[in-house]
Amino acid sequence: MSGQAQQDDIIILQNVNKWFGEFHVLRDINLNVKRQEVVVIIGPSGSGKSTLIRCINRLEEHQSGEIIVDGIPLTHDVRNIEKIRSETGMVFQQFNLFPHLTVMENITLAPIHVRKMKKDEAEKIAMELLERVGIPEQAQKYPGQLSGGQQQRVAIARALAMRPKIMLFDEPTSALDPEMIKEVLDVMQELAESGMTMLVVTHEMGFAKEVADRIVFMDSGEIVEVGTPEHFFTNPQHERTKLFLSQIL
Amino acid sequence: MQQRAIHPSQERPPFWRDERVLSVISQIVVVGIVVGLLAFFYTNMVSSLREQLGVPIDYGFLKQTAGFDIGESLISYSRSDTYARAFLVGLLNTLQVAVLGIVFATILGIIIGVMRLSTNFLVNRIATAYIEFLRNVPLLVLLIFWAQAVFFKLPRIKEAIILPGPIYLSNRGIAIPWGIPTETWPTYTRILLGGLVLAIIVTIVLRERGKRTGRMPILSLWFLVTLIAVGIIGWFVLPQPPLVLDRPELVGFNTKGGRTLSQQFMALLSGLVIYTAAFIAEVVRAGIQSVSKGQREAATALGLTPFQVLRLVIFPQALRVIIPPLTSQYLNLTKNSSLAIAIGYPDLFAVAGNTILNQTGRAVEVFSLVMGIYLFFSLTTSLFMNIYNRRIRLVER
Repeated sequence: MSGQAQQDDIIILQNVNKWFGEFHVLRDINLNVKRQEVVVIIGPSGSGKSTLIRCINRLEEHQSGEIIVDGIPLTHDVRNIEKIRSETGMVFQQFNLFPHLTVMENITLAPIHVRKMKKDEAEKIAMELLERVGIPEQAQKYPGQLSGGQQQRVAIARALAMRPKIMLFDEPTSALDPEMIKEVLDVMQELAESGMTMLVVTHEMGFAKEVADRIVFMDSGEIVEVGTPEHFFTNPQHERTKLFLSQIL
Repeated sequence: MQQRAIHPSQERPPFWRDERVLSVISQIVVVGIVVGLLAFFYTNMVSSLREQLGVPIDYGFLKQTAGFDIGESLISYSRSDTYARAFLVGLLNTLQVAVLGIVFATILGIIIGVMRLSTNFLVNRIATAYIEFLRNVPLLVLLIFWAQAVFFKLPRIKEAIILPGPIYLSNRGIAIPWGIPTETWPTYTRILLGGLVLAIIVTIVLRERGKRTGRMPILSLWFLVTLIAVGIIGWFVLPQPPLVLDRPELVGFNTKGGRTLSQQFMALLSGLVIYTAAFIAEVVRAGIQSVSKGQREAATALGLTPFQVLRLVIFPQALRVIIPPLTSQYLNLTKNSSLAIAIGYPDLFAVAGNTILNQTGRAVEVFSLVMGIYLFFSLTTSLFMNIYNRRIRLVER
């Protein structure tokens, strides 16, 4: 691998393996993600998609292989783990907003306590982000007072407040009512266009087709096929990919 | 008004079918029945007491001389004092056990509760065994066992168990070292009072700053640090230390010096503490477990340290679940302290409900006072816990 390639690749996964007890969830995963690239991971449930992106910020520990995020190897070194976590934002299926804090406090919590930012500054950034996701008027409300779509947009703003270089999305629209999916996808699309590196686990094929630079198809813990959306939706190579696409399209 | 204008066809139904009228009427009827019954019982009680026993309800006996001794007291008391004073002695003894019991049971309960959640097999099993054993034994049995088997079986004074300190454990009680005030003690108490004021000011200032910066310091920690700092400085500034340590020593057939805690007190306090701690441990465990895994994950993914995750995300949410059942454990402990009578500790119920009642025969008066006092303790505790609970409540919709 040349020095140039390493510069370009912000996430490098090499021969990553993970087991849950006896169950082999990730089998020899090799995947490089370039800066500003949008990679969408699709596949049947239980195929290890979520586990894969959760390994990247150490919510799950991989057992063998190498993960390098922005030049920082993910090892047992707590300092490396902290650095990687502060460079990656994550958005969850269940939003996971902190219910005891207002929207504003949700967003400013990490900048103030991790980045040691001043409160005024953090709130200014938070307001900008809330405007970016289209709900500045909800700043003083509590998560329980918002709709699912609004909550997920706050969750995106919360992750962005740490100024991450990478955003990980773990099925961000799966828990939403149909009419709210679009408002979240729109925010994600805008984010992708702004040049954010994104790794997205989703079942939204429309989003994958339109926004992804590359699509990764996973099944039974393996990466089966990687390609551009065009390649994927017009000319899939593997039987398993064809089967999966035929089931969902 | 506008509604009626929009729906002119909506007429008022006859009052016996109008739900608004009916609900008012039904409430009046219920209140009437309850008040009527209570009044009936009360007049019945008063008249039968007066006519049959010739003893009208009268609290005047409280001013009479009690004429009996009480095993231990926080205030000066002798048999020539009044019943009112005897009441007060019992009340303070109850209060002493209840307050200390709540403090120690909370500390022990939190420790056991967190141990219960540990992934360490041994730690986890010890906590589980503790909880399961103590929760499933009747408190009265436990207290009597604890008193008879542990504290009343302490050796005679000559063979006293001596722990470093020295602490003497014997059938005369538990003698521990204790501070004796010197001439500078009154000045020192004033210094401590000043320290308390200073600590409150520091806390308020820090809280305001915390609100401004969004980084709230651990206020209780700074409060304690300020108070302790003032205490230490004051101690050394004074020409003479305000307290000298008085160590107990064996003299003849007794210990002299220090302070002696009775076996009854120790048995009751420790019995209530270990029993209630088992329940508090379960409350704490349930509270922490009630916070979903996603909360911890989201906070971790944002880069917060494990301690920050606990302090800023997990505990504030767990507390909401913990406070209401914790309140009832506090109330239980206070009320359970009345079992003191079984092991001979002179608490409110033992003094009033037993001795005073037997001497005066004034059941209604004595029990109305005793129950009133327990009720007052419980309602006060509830009040403060409810105020606290309301302050930390979640906002939804």
